[in-house]
Amino acid sequence: MGWFKRLKEGVSTETINKKAAPDGLWHQCKKCGETCTSKDLADNFHKCPHCNYHNRITPELYFDIIFDGGKYKELFSEIQSKDFLNFTDLRAYSDRLVEAKASKPGKEAIVTAVGKVKRRELVVAAMDFFYIGGSMGSVVGEKISRSIEYCLEHKVPLMIISKSGGARMMESAFSLMQMAKTSAMLTKLGKAGIPFFSFMTDPTTGGVTASYAMLGDLNFAEPGALIGFAGPRVIKEFIRKDLPEGFQTSEFLLEHGFLDFIVDRKDLRERLGDLLHFFRVDEHVDDLAPETENIAPIQTAE
Amino acid sequence: MVFLEFEKPLESLTEQLDKLKQVSEEGDIDLASTIIELEKKLVEKRKEIYSNLTGWQRVQLSRHPERPYTSYYIDQITSKFVELHGDRFIKDDKAIVGGIAKIGNQSVVILGQQKGNTTKQRQYHNFGMPNPEGYRKALRMMKIAEKFNFPVITLIDTPGAYPGMEAEERGQAEAIAKNLFEMAQLRVPVLCYVIGEGASGGALGIGVGDRVFMLENTWYSVISPESCSSILWRSWDFKEVAAESLKLTAPHMLEFGLIDEIIREPVGGAHLEPEKMAKTLKSHITKQLKELMPMDPDERIEQRISKYRKMGEFEIVGQVKE
Repeated sequence: MGWFKRLKEGVSTETINKKAAPDGLWHQCKKCGETCTSKDLADNFHKCPHCNYHNRITPELYFDIIFDGGKYKELFSEIQSKDFLNFTDLRAYSDRLVEAKASKPGKEAIVTAVGKVKRRELVVAAMDFFYIGGSMGSVVGEKISRSIEYCLEHKVPLMIISKSGGARMMESAFSLMQMAKTSAMLTKLGKAGIPFFSFMTDPTTGGVTASYAMLGDLNFAEPGALIGFAGPRVIKEFIRKDLPEGFQTSEFLLEHGFLDFIVDRKDLRERLGDLLHFFRVDEHVDDLAPETENIAPIQTAE
Repeated sequence: MVFLEFEKPLESLTEQLDKLKQVSEEGDIDLASTIIELEKKLVEKRKEIYSNLTGWQRVQLSRHPERPYTSYYIDQITSKFVELHGDRFIKDDKAIVGGIAKIGNQSVVILGQQKGNTTKQRQYHNFGMPNPEGYRKALRMMKIAEKFNFPVITLIDTPGAYPGMEAEERGQAEAIAKNLFEMAQLRVPVLCYVIGEGASGGALGIGVGDRVFMLENTWYSVISPESCSSILWRSWDFKEVAAESLKLTAPHMLEFGLIDEIIREPVGGAHLEPEKMAKTLKSHITKQLKELMPMDPDERIEQRISKYRKMGEFEIVGQVKE
């Protein structure tokens, strides 16, 4: 069958000459392998229309989904990482930062914003996995601390959306201490009776899980997210056994008592609206008023 | 005696000295002056080696098999120690030992990770790697301390929280997080001492306090140099470089303002004169308690939280909005 067999071995096409489908038109699901158009994916909250796999998304997309009219005001964007230890592994931390900052100017591994959800104010601190693995360094700790202070001052509930590989090793003990810093600051919020919702998304691991992510008045997660302290690879290497299917997923954590519920991304906004209604801090909101009338005159970030 | 790799010059000197002493004892020749000279040389050599330790060498020292562990210090420092067990939910985690005791006239709760001196003991104590039960056991003891106004003293010495399947099932992350949260608000003084290895969240899980101290030859980091090497260098061979890069030694931590003070060890490490080390530690604790006990609890908590609030290095870029 010469037609199907390569006549000459070792024929290969230079990457540069390969014809690829234009980027961004089609999306193939990481989980089920089915394809859909990027538009369909976006219309479906960036979840696979076939298997409901929740793709990782940026803080800005979460803000669009959560806040009334997609309007919000970004907070504390002036706080930026620096390489104060001159840390160099295979690459210099300073180079990693330059690259990360170039790809997402003015952003960090966490983006903090205030806006309204169903007419009620909420501060959201959302981690960005695409920024150095969403790793928690000094900036993440500082922006969370400032968000907490903002919540204390304005009596606004806080939600942290975790999406992180853990602590930022390039900041060594400083990143470790962010666990203590954020947890200590959260005690203040608790004492003031201001609700804190911890929303865990794929992935939430390491020092992030072992500090603020597990400290919500309510802890909830997106379906199928990886949530744990030690990463699966570390555990596998350590105990020299394969891990069972579904180990460390949201469903696993719900079953073991560490989550209050799992929420599909399409229901997130509705659910938050309900929660803010229950845990009301702001008594002045008229629940019967039409939603649009109450959208605050908040400017969008950009 | 166990000699670490960088202590090799000491090993040959010690051997020579032992031989000379033996010959001298047999009484044939008077070697007193030679022995004194050699002893002097040994002390000088030791000082020389120990005044220039690298990060990795400190890590090795912190893991020295003869190094005193938590139980030793509790035994030496306190009297009337009553060991407490269990988290009241799952079991008694042997990786954490602790209880109520007296230091002088002061009742205290003292606890820490325990590693064990023999292979059997090490297994029994799970090499000082606590499961969630361990952190919950520690918290239970700290809550007793709070209720009856005993200060809390924690001794930190762990290669990390145990990364096992059961640990995940029972909420390792939740257990550590809860401790950070609760320790920040404990109404009694909390003193934390890193006495060996301070590895990551497993160490911090009993490490939030009014004051945090490190013994001279210990380390404190977000990750062990080995794991750091494996993740960032994608190989296990860069642990020495990783140890340097992480700046994990006590002097670094003090310089960063992440700890309050360094406790000097006897030259050559705590294991050479453990009794002396314990004495130093005891008088240090006593002095600290004298300062912290009279403080108003609310003020103490406020100071504790604002200390952690300040930790972090970043830059402010561009215009501050509003």
